[in-house]
Amino acid sequence: MMENNMAQATMGAKLDALPNKPGGGPAASGGIKLSSRDVRVFYGDNEALHGVSMDVMANEVVAFIGPSGCGKSTFLRCFNRMNDTVAGARVTGQITLDGRDIHDHAIDVVQLRAQVGMVFQKPNPFPKPIYENVAYGPRLHGLTSSKSELDQIVESSLRRAGLWEEVKDRLDAPGTGLSGGQQQRLCIARAIAVSPDVILMDEPCSALDPIATAKIEELIHELKENYTIIIVTHNMQQAARVSDRTAFFHLGDLIELGTTSQIFTTPKQQRTEDYVTGRYG
Amino acid sequence: MSNLAVVAVLLVLVAVAYQIGLARSRGVALASGVRMHSLPRYHGLLVVLNAALPAIAVYLLWSLFGGSVIEAMVLASLPPEQIPADELQQRVVLQRIQNLASGFGMLGEAQAYEQAAAAYLQSLTTTGQAVTAALMATVAALGLFWSWRGTTPQTRARNKVERAIEIGLIACSAIAIFTTVGIVLSMLGETIRFFQFINPADFFFGTVWNPRFETVGTSGQEGFGLLPLLSGTLLIMIIAMAVAVPLGLMIAIYLAEYAPYHVRNVAKPAIEVLAGIPTVVYGVFALVTVGPFLAGMGELLGVNIRATSALTAGVVMGMMIIPFISSLSDDIITQVPKAMRDGSLALGGTKAETIVKVVLPAALPGIVGAILLGVSKAIGETMIGHGRRQLSGADGQPVRIGFHHHGVHHQPVDRRPGFRQPAVAGGLRPRTDAVRDDAGAQCHRAGGGAQVPRTIRVINDEPTH
Amino acid sequence: MRRRQVREKLFHWSGIAAVVIALTLVGIFFGTILKTGLPAFWQSTFVMDVHFDPEVVQIGPKPEPMPGESPAAYQQRFNQWQLDLGFVDFGQIIHKSIVKQLPEAAEHPDETLALVTSGELFALRDRVVADPGIIGQTVRLKLLADANVDVWLKGNIDRDLPDTQQQLSPLVRAWADQLQASGVIQNKFSTAIFMNPDSRSSLASAGLAGAFMGSLFMMIIVILLAMPIGVAAAIYLEEFAPKNRLTDLIEVNINNLAAVPSIVFGLLGAVVFIMWFNLPMSSSLVGGLVLTLMTLPTVIIATRAALKAVPPSIREAALGVGASKMQAITHHVLPLARPGILTAMIIGVAQALGETGPLLLIGMSAFVASIPATPFDQSTALPVQIYLWESNELRNFFEGRGSAAIIVLLGMMLALNAVAIWLRKRFETRW
Repeated sequence: MMENNMAQATMGAKLDALPNKPGGGPAASGGIKLSSRDVRVFYGDNEALHGVSMDVMANEVVAFIGPSGCGKSTFLRCFNRMNDTVAGARVTGQITLDGRDIHDHAIDVVQLRAQVGMVFQKPNPFPKPIYENVAYGPRLHGLTSSKSELDQIVESSLRRAGLWEEVKDRLDAPGTGLSGGQQQRLCIARAIAVSPDVILMDEPCSALDPIATAKIEELIHELKENYTIIIVTHNMQQAARVSDRTAFFHLGDLIELGTTSQIFTTPKQQRTEDYVTGRYG
Repeated sequence: MSNLAVVAVLLVLVAVAYQIGLARSRGVALASGVRMHSLPRYHGLLVVLNAALPAIAVYLLWSLFGGSVIEAMVLASLPPEQIPADELQQRVVLQRIQNLASGFGMLGEAQAYEQAAAAYLQSLTTTGQAVTAALMATVAALGLFWSWRGTTPQTRARNKVERAIEIGLIACSAIAIFTTVGIVLSMLGETIRFFQFINPADFFFGTVWNPRFETVGTSGQEGFGLLPLLSGTLLIMIIAMAVAVPLGLMIAIYLAEYAPYHVRNVAKPAIEVLAGIPTVVYGVFALVTVGPFLAGMGELLGVNIRATSALTAGVVMGMMIIPFISSLSDDIITQVPKAMRDGSLALGGTKAETIVKVVLPAALPGIVGAILLGVSKAIGETMIGHGRRQLSGADGQPVRIGFHHHGVHHQPVDRRPGFRQPAVAGGLRPRTDAVRDDAGAQCHRAGGGAQVPRTIRVINDEPTH
Repeated sequence: MRRRQVREKLFHWSGIAAVVIALTLVGIFFGTILKTGLPAFWQSTFVMDVHFDPEVVQIGPKPEPMPGESPAAYQQRFNQWQLDLGFVDFGQIIHKSIVKQLPEAAEHPDETLALVTSGELFALRDRVVADPGIIGQTVRLKLLADANVDVWLKGNIDRDLPDTQQQLSPLVRAWADQLQASGVIQNKFSTAIFMNPDSRSSLASAGLAGAFMGSLFMMIIVILLAMPIGVAAAIYLEEFAPKNRLTDLIEVNINNLAAVPSIVFGLLGAVVFIMWFNLPMSSSLVGGLVLTLMTLPTVIIATRAALKAVPPSIREAALGVGASKMQAITHHVLPLARPGILTAMIIGVAQALGETGPLLLIGMSAFVASIPATPFDQSTALPVQIYLWESNELRNFFEGRGSAAIIVLLGMMLALNAVAIWLRKRFETRW
């Protein structure tokens, strides 16, 4: 279980292979895709996240683990500024994507979210046909100029999400009619249809059965080729299976960040050890 | 330059501007080779906003202030000795000049200075319209050009368009504030006017409500006591609640606790139908059915109940608010957690005891709220009382006492003692019957507690053939 | 223990009794309205041959402008023709037709004319104007009997009342009975109530058409204004509004306005729209505006509920792929909330349709004898017409007519509600 890939330090070459990205330039500082410095999140007067700093390399999978309410989801949502939509939430500190501050006024949050896709805890396909679900993003950003191009994007996204074979005959059936696991893969397809650099996954398997979960995990392995993935999970086995590096959060603090094998075998912090060995959480 | 033509021109402008924006953004995208920040349609919309909004603003300014500015200029151009001092006279003079200018003709011979003023008015209007049109064209062209030049790949057209839409949304929600302000202002103004006629003390503590249409010269000071109205309203409310609360509550309890599924499914909507019926229909029902029925019952019992009594209004109003009380209470009772019932039942309580001792106390706040809602709904109603203005004639054939003079139809006024109380439910009486003479109108206003537009009834019966 | 069981039974049965009483009330309510209203759709009608006697109807065809004729000359000819038309005694034609059925009426032209409602004279005139060729012919026509005749024949007045309290002279009453027995007067379904405007002089042909048009204009205005404004306000308050003093103020205002008695909106309309803005009094435009203001809170509150019912996950999904807030709402939230919004709208319109109080205050209780052609014309509304008819002096006739109008009004409201239910079923989305 622990024979997972180690952190890949040198990345960046693959970026050019990606389709053209809205506003995306080459990775500014070597392999660092995302970086956060002293990020704090307040809900009203309540500080939910106490100054987190970390870097995420391109094309790696980082897992956030920790007990409920530890701020890992809150931190995840900082990367595509989804916290902006929460009334009363306030984010301070600096987050950069490819070296550019995502809170910069020159950055349109909408374009940021196209570049940093998100998959939510509960599968949330639009109550629309499968095709429309995937085609929505590309249409929104004007990524295509013809119907055939759009068809292509839909097909390739569904293929990458491993859903194409299952749904290719019923693209006009409503996305809400699929099974839970299929719905979640449809949401992943929807996210990658706008060709993001980063995919954020907020407990993507918590509502799924083990078989569907296994499929999603397999998918994450494949997606790693092209995307940087941050996944929040409650399931430590899952973190161990899919991630290259793991971050442990507790009570709004980043306690420890290291390669997955190191976190699970030789944690440096007592609290991390207590958590991964199941003493609390 | 009629309004319709302006609207048509503006629509054309909108369409053209949109197309220009679309084309321009596509052109820029091709030329620069960079992906645009916003989709072409947002650039189109942005151009529309930039071009059309200033033009519309110019037109609105002209329609709002153009007329009065021209009037002032015309008035100033008159020979000083011809300008009347008071405003009403000025209006008359202006009206003459306007009639002359429009070619409509006027009474009497047109004076030379009037002719001149009319010509001046005409020229001013023409120039004003031309200037407005030119201004509109200019600002629209400027807006077009400006946004055409400003179209770059970085232009955040979508954000700007969305911001504009959001401002529109805010404006729509602010209408609620304006409505409230309007209500307060109109009530305040009319109340102050009313109290100029009527002593507030007489109004609040007077015990006679019998406003009359006095002839010129005599004051209508007496007969504006609010107390009979209040006591009438109160009486009706009490009767209505006596009818609606027990019935509504028992219905709610039965439907929530006892009724089989299919009974509930049929009975609940059937009772709720009562809530959607216009109050004027209840008024008719009170007048035609309930009133005579109660009168008949009274006769049987040897009690004299007038068909137009507070009892009738109260019973019908009670009927009207049954669904409010029953439906809302039903919802609330169903929401009481099952665990509470189980607790009581497990202790050996009967179902009725459980309901009375456990469920109702838990649901009490909600039930009180439901009753208050029903009552407040009833208090504001006016229409049920309307039928009660009618009198019953000796033979049981209802007749109406009214009087006509100068072809004007007045509100029936009955001076028999006792008839007026209890008067119409609600403090305000809808009274708009036609009154032509001013004295009548003044009392009429005062009588309503608020100014009511003076309606001149259309007298000619048949459409002119 | 036995006492407790008895009490339990009693409680149970009183519940059933309450429901039964309420349902009986509903039944009586609709029963009496149907019982008084339905017969009013059938009216006593003369079915007889009418001879357009050329001796009496001496009138040429409506003049047309001739080539080369000046407008003034044509106008003069036209006026003369109208004058001639006005002098034609159509009463004589009706009198002669009745005399054919009832020879003893020959000496009493006035009493004969009391049998037929006066509006039919104008109907005959319109017939001649529309087709001058009819002059000299004999046509079988249906003419509405006078309202009092209708009341008498239907037994809506006590036939044993002394003559002084009867509306018709003994002679006319006897004739009416005779004509009914001979089949000249029949109880026929009449379209007058649907096709005609209100009337004071020809009561039997008074109809709802004017009030219907007024209500229609007002409903259109309410839909055109309350729908976009209400939905826009609801979207702002539900989706965009930051928590601040202004939005708090707006929310409090809307909730208060929903509780304001409707008649207060009439006062507002009288002062603001009529006195300040000088809009035409009694017009359906002002009525529509007042009803719009009255309906807005309902629409806003119900639309907000519909928006709230759309799960936030849909918004997140749209935002997650890079839609702006506005796009997420217009592309996803609004379509999903559409059935709820439409239902809210229809309920609001139905409520506005039945409202009377505020309309009385803006002068819409005036008697209007023509069908309004534009929203600026004087008009009444259906509920106001009911109010007017129910307070008419000729109660015996208008009680039924008013109930018939109520049936029409309730029918429209039921239809609206049925549409609302259908829409809800049709667009119901599950997620």
